Amino acid sequence: MKKSNRLVQSLSQVALLAGALLLALLVGAILIAIAGANPLVAYKSMFLGPFSGKFGMTESLVKATPLLLVGLGVVTSFRSGILNIGGEGQMVMGAIAGAAVALAFPKWPAVILLPLTLIVSVLAGAVWGGFAGWLKAKLGVNEILSTVMLNSIALQLCLYLIRGPMIDPEEIAYGTGTPQTAQLPRQIWMARLVKGTRFHWGFFLAVALAFVVFIFLWRTTIGYRMRAAGEGPDAARAAGINVEKYQILAMAMAGGFAGLAGMVEVLGVHRRVLEGLSAGYGFSGIVVALFGRLHPIGAIPAAILFGMLTLGADMMQRAVAIPAAIVMAIQGLVVLFVVGSDIFVRHPEIWRRWFRKKDPDTLGRLEADSAGNRN
Amino acid sequence: MLKIHGISFEQKQDPGRCRITMESQEGLRIKDVKMQGIVKTFPGVLANDHVDIDVHAGEILALLGENGAGKTTLMKVLYGLYRPDSGEILINDEPVSISSPRDAIDLGIGMVHQHFMLVPSLTVTENVVLGLRSSRGPLLDLESAAKRIEELASRYSLAVDPYSPVWQLSIGEQQRVEIIKALYRGAELLIMDEPTAVLTPQEADELIRVMRGMADSGRAIILITHKLHEVMAVSDRVTVLRNGRLVDTVLTKDANEKLLAQMMVGRDIPQTLRTDETSQGDPVLVLDDVWADSDKGPPALRGLSLEVREGEILGIAGVSGNGQREMAEVIAGLRKISSGSVRLKGEDMTNSTPAKMIQAGLGYIPEDRIVDGIVQSFSVEENLILKDHHKPPFSHGIFLQKDAISEFAKEMVEIYDIRTPSIDTQASHLSGGNIQRLILARDISRNPACLLACYPSRGLDIAATEYVRKKLLDVRAAGCAIILISEELEEIFNLSDRVAVLYEGQIVKVADVDDVTLDEIGLLMAGAGLTETDDGNSRELVDMI
Repeated sequence: MKKSNRLVQSLSQVALLAGALLLALLVGAILIAIAGANPLVAYKSMFLGPFSGKFGMTESLVKATPLLLVGLGVVTSFRSGILNIGGEGQMVMGAIAGAAVALAFPKWPAVILLPLTLIVSVLAGAVWGGFAGWLKAKLGVNEILSTVMLNSIALQLCLYLIRGPMIDPEEIAYGTGTPQTAQLPRQIWMARLVKGTRFHWGFFLAVALAFVVFIFLWRTTIGYRMRAAGEGPDAARAAGINVEKYQILAMAMAGGFAGLAGMVEVLGVHRRVLEGLSAGYGFSGIVVALFGRLHPIGAIPAAILFGMLTLGADMMQRAVAIPAAIVMAIQGLVVLFVVGSDIFVRHPEIWRRWFRKKDPDTLGRLEADSAGNRN
Repeated sequence: MLKIHGISFEQKQDPGRCRITMESQEGLRIKDVKMQGIVKTFPGVLANDHVDIDVHAGEILALLGENGAGKTTLMKVLYGLYRPDSGEILINDEPVSISSPRDAIDLGIGMVHQHFMLVPSLTVTENVVLGLRSSRGPLLDLESAAKRIEELASRYSLAVDPYSPVWQLSIGEQQRVEIIKALYRGAELLIMDEPTAVLTPQEADELIRVMRGMADSGRAIILITHKLHEVMAVSDRVTVLRNGRLVDTVLTKDANEKLLAQMMVGRDIPQTLRTDETSQGDPVLVLDDVWADSDKGPPALRGLSLEVREGEILGIAGVSGNGQREMAEVIAGLRKISSGSVRLKGEDMTNSTPAKMIQAGLGYIPEDRIVDGIVQSFSVEENLILKDHHKPPFSHGIFLQKDAISEFAKEMVEIYDIRTPSIDTQASHLSGGNIQRLILARDISRNPACLLACYPSRGLDIAATEYVRKKLLDVRAAGCAIILISEELEEIFNLSDRVAVLYEGQIVKVADVDDVTLDEIGLLMAGAGLTETDDGNSRELVDMI
């Protein structure tokens, strides 16, 4: 009885998300039509593109990797009652710090240098995120404001470094001056698993970490306290849990995951730090987390889906020659509709209003739910 | 005037009183409202089973029943929040269809919910006109609205400043705003859902007067309650519900508390009483000359001193807002003190953390059990280990031990009779009484040296109230030192060994319960007796005992 209820609930959530997606695409179709392209052709390339050949299939996963890593951090922070909007900044801080270490010790063997680079990137992201958490806990600074501002600082700092002190010596030698670092030592590159594609093992690292986060949040005392701090801060405080401490920790973890995402993107895809490395993953990761219903395991399919959508949108742009702005608008619409659909989960009484005369069974169930919630 | 708990509080001047009767002829539409054969089911629950009630203009009908008897469901049907499965509603003998609160409001039915629906940052006037069409089109006309609010306020003695932001108002004042909101929208039948549950005795007393005034002006009032003395004090007729069924409707003057109680629970109510002698243990918790600030600045505790001994219950009497909340928070480690000291079991615990207080043996039943007592989205099982999750057997290293936790949770559910579908059920789905049982289970099973119980029976039905009281006495018998903060003087007198009166942040008197009367304590609660004592004397009183 209970199990089947839960099944019905998760099925209805999936249906809800699918509905949100569909509506976003319908509105997007109008935009495409206005831009002078055939929406059907456009969507065909968008949806079939990611499934066309091994490049499409793997590239979706390549894009899903940083999305999932950032998303895991966002899940952790949201569950702990603190919102991390600073994924972008934390990503580039992680990438630039890890790259600095790797470039400083180019001769070290991979067994030492790879873990070291990854750890440094996690720490750099954690410091950047943890700082926002500390500002919130000690000075009451709203974390949304502070993380967004820290994004700007991090992006500009990174740009300064890759234009100046850390610029690739060859760029100076040839006088081209493209803002990017030199390639990182070859021995720590993340191996590509399918020939002719950019698919690297970072994806599996991210999936494994999703399970680690799940166990951490639901099976350890620290995760328990973080969730208690997020979901009932007053009760947690009265029960002796230092809510502020765990929120700083949550922000540090969120930053750490984003920093790792940045480094994995460098080691697996670009092999160097370049401008625009974060590519909006820091924000899209939030959507992945929300789409995955703030559950680390749910974030896996969510990340893959958004990887496919991102790739499909790129392909659509090429197929029907519509402005890139339309593609970005469609992505924005997806985010808007998905986040908006959450209101139906949190306020089931909306259904009741809609289904009032049509479906007495749904009505009764929803009422019992909301009545139960109230007691 | 009216008496609650056997004490009459000083009443304010009531200039509106005579106008009420003079204006009772205004053109009201509702003569009577009938609900006939109302059936409302939720899956697995028959909330209302063919219930008939009726209410007439100018009368106060009390709707009496235990928690879960179906009172609120029935009223939500009347207010358009629920649609009944069958049955009909008649106004002046004509059937009406009410499918939303808007329909209800249009028909002249208003409801004051138990949890207020006000926007804290807006002023009283802004809250009242919220959602209404303005007479000046897109522009607000707050001035004339404020004027009407003032009119309504003075007519029904609902003293409230139309220009104050709601967050600055006390609970009692917020409730008045809710009543004004309903009246402003033309409510002629006012449904009040347990309106006194959140009020101090004084505020409750005032509210009852207001309700009487509204009824005298020709409006009808349905009062949802499970407090018998309220029913006797204010209502004209009583409808009693039990398990979703109508038991009977009787004239209040033909009833008495004992009869109503039997109708309500279907059996005689046991009265939990402390029976044995006062014990003379060592002091466990000692507060000495504690000063602490309130949230809004001025000190809430002004040199408060008290001590609680092993195996005794110290009842804290006082009108709420005199420092109860701050005192509880200081003891729980949640509020810093600016001077003075707190000692627990002889150790200095001044300004220590909640974790250290818990570690040192403090149990805490918070005033707001839903916000401070449980993590709502956590399961019953997760909530039961909130204070001990980091200790064996519940965890090993950093890993939680699922089996040990489940076993403990099942045991607690059994021993404390927590009514829950399973230990995985989200705690917010439990009823108030069962949430309180959960909190009791968690805090009592830790064998606390000192238990701080804040309004432990507030809002609970009779059975749950008796359970809580019995548990407190059990814990006392086991040697625990208990501080009982309560607004119900009867509860304090029935359970406590000693009673302390809290007034304006000080303990103004401590005495053996047997040596004082309800009236004396009531006077001290109202501030009488402070005129001849200065600040120093109140400490001497404590020291003397």
